[in-house]
Amino acid sequence: MRLTVEGAATRLEGPLLFLRRTVDAGLGDAVEVRGADGRTRLGRVAALDADAMTIEVLESTSGLSLAGTVVRFIGEPLSFGLAPSILGRVFNGVGQPIDGGPPVAARERYPIDGLPINPVARASPRDFIETGITTLDLMNSLVRGQKLPLFSGGGLPHDRLAVEIAGHARLRGAAARDEAFAIVFAGIGVPWESAEYFRRSLEQGGALERTALFLNLASDSSTQRLLTPRYALTAAEYLAFVEGRHVLAILTDMTNYAEALREVSSSKGEVPSRKGFPGYMYSDLATLFERAGCLRGMGGTLTQLSILTMPADDIGHPIPDLTGYITEGQIVLSRDLDRRGVYPPVNVLPSLSRLMKDGIGAKYTHADHPALSAQLYAAYARAVQARVLASVVGEEGLGDTDRRYLAFGTAFERTLVSQTGARTLEESMDLGWALLTGLPRTELTRLSDAQIAAHAGGGEAGSGG
Amino acid sequence: MSRASIRWISGPVLRATASGPFAMREAVHVGDARLLGEVVRIDGDEIVVQVYEDTTGFRPGTAVVGTGAPLSIPLGPGLLGNIFDGLLRPLAGAASAFVHPGMRRAEPRAFAFVPRIAVGDVVPPGAILGEATGEGIRPQACLAPPDVGGVALSVAPAGELREDATACTLRLADGSTRELSLAHSWPVRVPRPVARRVSSLTPLVTGQRVIDSLFPVALGGKAAVPGGFGTGKTVLLEALAKGCNADVIVYLGCGERGNEMAGVLDEFPGLTDPRTGRPLMERTVIIANTSNMPVAAREASIYSAITVAEYFRDQGLGVALMADSTSRWAEALREVSGRFGELPGEGGYPAYLSSRIADFYERAAVVEPLCGGTGSVTVIGAISPPSGDFSEPVTSHTKRYVKAFWALDVKRAQARFYPAIHPLQSYAEGAEAFAPWWTAEGNSEWTALRRRFLTLLDEEARLERMARIIGKDALPVRQQLTLLCASLVNEAFLRQSALSEIDRVCTPARQGAMMRVLGRFIELAERAVASGTHPDAIAALACLRPLQRMGEEIGDGEVGRIAALQADMEREFASLATREGGGDAPDR
Repeated sequence: MRLTVEGAATRLEGPLLFLRRTVDAGLGDAVEVRGADGRTRLGRVAALDADAMTIEVLESTSGLSLAGTVVRFIGEPLSFGLAPSILGRVFNGVGQPIDGGPPVAARERYPIDGLPINPVARASPRDFIETGITTLDLMNSLVRGQKLPLFSGGGLPHDRLAVEIAGHARLRGAAARDEAFAIVFAGIGVPWESAEYFRRSLEQGGALERTALFLNLASDSSTQRLLTPRYALTAAEYLAFVEGRHVLAILTDMTNYAEALREVSSSKGEVPSRKGFPGYMYSDLATLFERAGCLRGMGGTLTQLSILTMPADDIGHPIPDLTGYITEGQIVLSRDLDRRGVYPPVNVLPSLSRLMKDGIGAKYTHADHPALSAQLYAAYARAVQARVLASVVGEEGLGDTDRRYLAFGTAFERTLVSQTGARTLEESMDLGWALLTGLPRTELTRLSDAQIAAHAGGGEAGSGG
Repeated sequence: MSRASIRWISGPVLRATASGPFAMREAVHVGDARLLGEVVRIDGDEIVVQVYEDTTGFRPGTAVVGTGAPLSIPLGPGLLGNIFDGLLRPLAGAASAFVHPGMRRAEPRAFAFVPRIAVGDVVPPGAILGEATGEGIRPQACLAPPDVGGVALSVAPAGELREDATACTLRLADGSTRELSLAHSWPVRVPRPVARRVSSLTPLVTGQRVIDSLFPVALGGKAAVPGGFGTGKTVLLEALAKGCNADVIVYLGCGERGNEMAGVLDEFPGLTDPRTGRPLMERTVIIANTSNMPVAAREASIYSAITVAEYFRDQGLGVALMADSTSRWAEALREVSGRFGELPGEGGYPAYLSSRIADFYERAAVVEPLCGGTGSVTVIGAISPPSGDFSEPVTSHTKRYVKAFWALDVKRAQARFYPAIHPLQSYAEGAEAFAPWWTAEGNSEWTALRRRFLTLLDEEARLERMARIIGKDALPVRQQLTLLCASLVNEAFLRQSALSEIDRVCTPARQGAMMRVLGRFIELAERAVASGTHPDAIAALACLRPLQRMGEEIGDGEVGRIAALQADMEREFASLATREGGGDAPDR
């Protein structure tokens, strides 16, 4: 059903266009709205009445008028025509090629909203991905099919970190990347420099021909930002679950997405919830983040690495807060570490990988990996406490144990968190064991005697006694 | 069946012109795909319907058909061991890996049926008709609906019987006859009737030390677990589902992650029930409405879950319901309320949030079911407060209705100290009442030790604050000892790894033994300090490390090793006393 309606518009209000109901369209059907200015805008049917319909225009409505507005009904919800040839291509925020190449010869069209994955059809993600970053591999391991965002702030090196992870990520022991890997990059309201940085880095890494880029630049329509991740994830799902590839989807910056959500919600006159964001933001973000995982009996996987910048570095702000409740953990970057020249400035304490427990240990990485990571966490948390104590009473006022923790904390940040090149998991673990030898044995409560004897050296045995 | 036709539609809410009578809260089917909805408002010949699924493609004129009954779910022997969506439709066995709108009810399965009634028997409402057994599930009682009773005219003989086949025919009081099957349907929003409620003096044994020993929840009680993201709510609820001593677990994933549900499905069939040794899945029903499934069904899922729990309770079983998370349910309530244009209250939630929470938790109870015996439903609800702030509406309302409150602490979680239950912010109302139960379990000192541990942890918090000003070494020796003992209680007793094969479940016997050895340590240490020993010398005792690690090293079957540990400890303290002065701090 492709029907064109002209002259039926009765009212324009914010992003909403009201029409007399002259065609039998269904709820959610896609439309193309062409104004007298000749521009075509995407939209969808948002409400239907016996004799009127409401169209939500998904791009800017400025320039539209009642007379001369032509609405073309597509007859089905917004969809994206896909084929393996999307790799190596650059699209705008609504899936149209902008690299000067020919249109994609679609094998099949997929609705961009997707469908929830049946939990029964999911396979538990267990394949440990070595990223070369110690604070991830050793402390917050990433597994295939996980959704793990970077919580960052303006001016922090999240782009560089994301590029490094994308460039190095591979299964353990694999010398090179899996042939079946692919990257889907969605720039949501990002500045041109940022988009260009990603494009150039992927090109230098030789990954560009395996990447589909979706770019909604900061200068593009903000309403369109709501569609960009949906087009990108539809492409990612297609590559993973139809073409059987191991897809890494990088979405940046989700804060811009949430801001656009707030903007559109308020222009629709909806009741705002926390900080003016709509009450359904949790469900809405979930429809994006949940589009990741592994399916039973399916070769491909979809791993999500999104970046969001915490407004005012506040992890309690609704955007990072709701995201943290949906994603399988978070990697938090710290301005303090960045200022001290630690790269990558990952603050491990608030960072977490929920699926780590399923992908590490004897069967997957190393039998002592879980205990080592837990011990490093416990020790670093104590070191941070000692630091607070020292800032008030001075280092001299601390007991011997606390002083050792203080030294541990500094060494932890300088040698384990900070790194210049990629490390193997074994190198990361060796660094961890070496750091623990600086602590009294009675403090190593997360390690068994056998683990201490095997790795943390006997030198400190019984220290304090 | 009454019919109506859509006049207006937006999102999951539609208005339709009715051509027959509809009742409030009546379930309806919409469109050719027969999507499930519920009548929420009636105005003249117009009805307002909330649809539980994605309404894309609907248009004015689409048919709405009434079912003549409120939103109900089928309850029968086919529930155990399976996973359902929020409206109790099976998720397993679907052809597609994705959830499409318009899912169907479960296909009836066949069970081996043994009748317990005979022709001519008086069958009161809620009576046991017989027992059903099937592959991979425990034997279950089949019940008459709680609102139907009469005289048995015919009874199916022992043998294979489908869930929907006639198990017996009753002549009702009004002379009509009614056929009953192994399964019956019950409206989700109506609590199932019982003979009477009973008060509870028994705790639910969860296998988690910090809960059972410090903040126990009663069998048939209600507990809340609030915590910001990453504090371990889900891991804790899963640990309880694996380790607690309930007969049946109803696990509700309400607006949570799909991978977590997949994890439960992956893990549970391979685990065994600590009490019966049977596969854990045999006692479990999972209800999943993941965060990207339709939000209106999330609102209903919590009622589906508690109705299923009540159904097993009515068979005389102990049921534990884990709801993860009630905040997502409250948000669904808020979202749906917003679509109806209701006036928002605190935090944008509807004004009836508090009474809905109260209604839900009030369905937790120990009861005498209609068929006699005792059954219970214990409700444990997770709360996800925005930015971890416990003063928000869902947490503060819930606090008024639950007896046990297990507050998760972000600091503990960040140090990977799990379960991250904060001993000072948590509480268990009326815990003293379980002292006789603990005495029967062999720990007559429970009340005193619990009190001692809690005071110690409270003092620790105060001293930590003071140490931050004057330094730890400047504290008097007695207070330094308090810090030492408190840190031992934290490390040795409160911390319990859900991933440790030995420590993921801790029997009451082992909990009691650990509590006593730690109590004795505190006693000896205080005595030693009183007679001039410096706390640093106590911190250097060789027994400290085995004490700190006894949870992970000494399993449930070897509680005797704790006594050996205690003997070592007594010896070391004795030799400490004989060493002159004994107070030389090493390393200084």
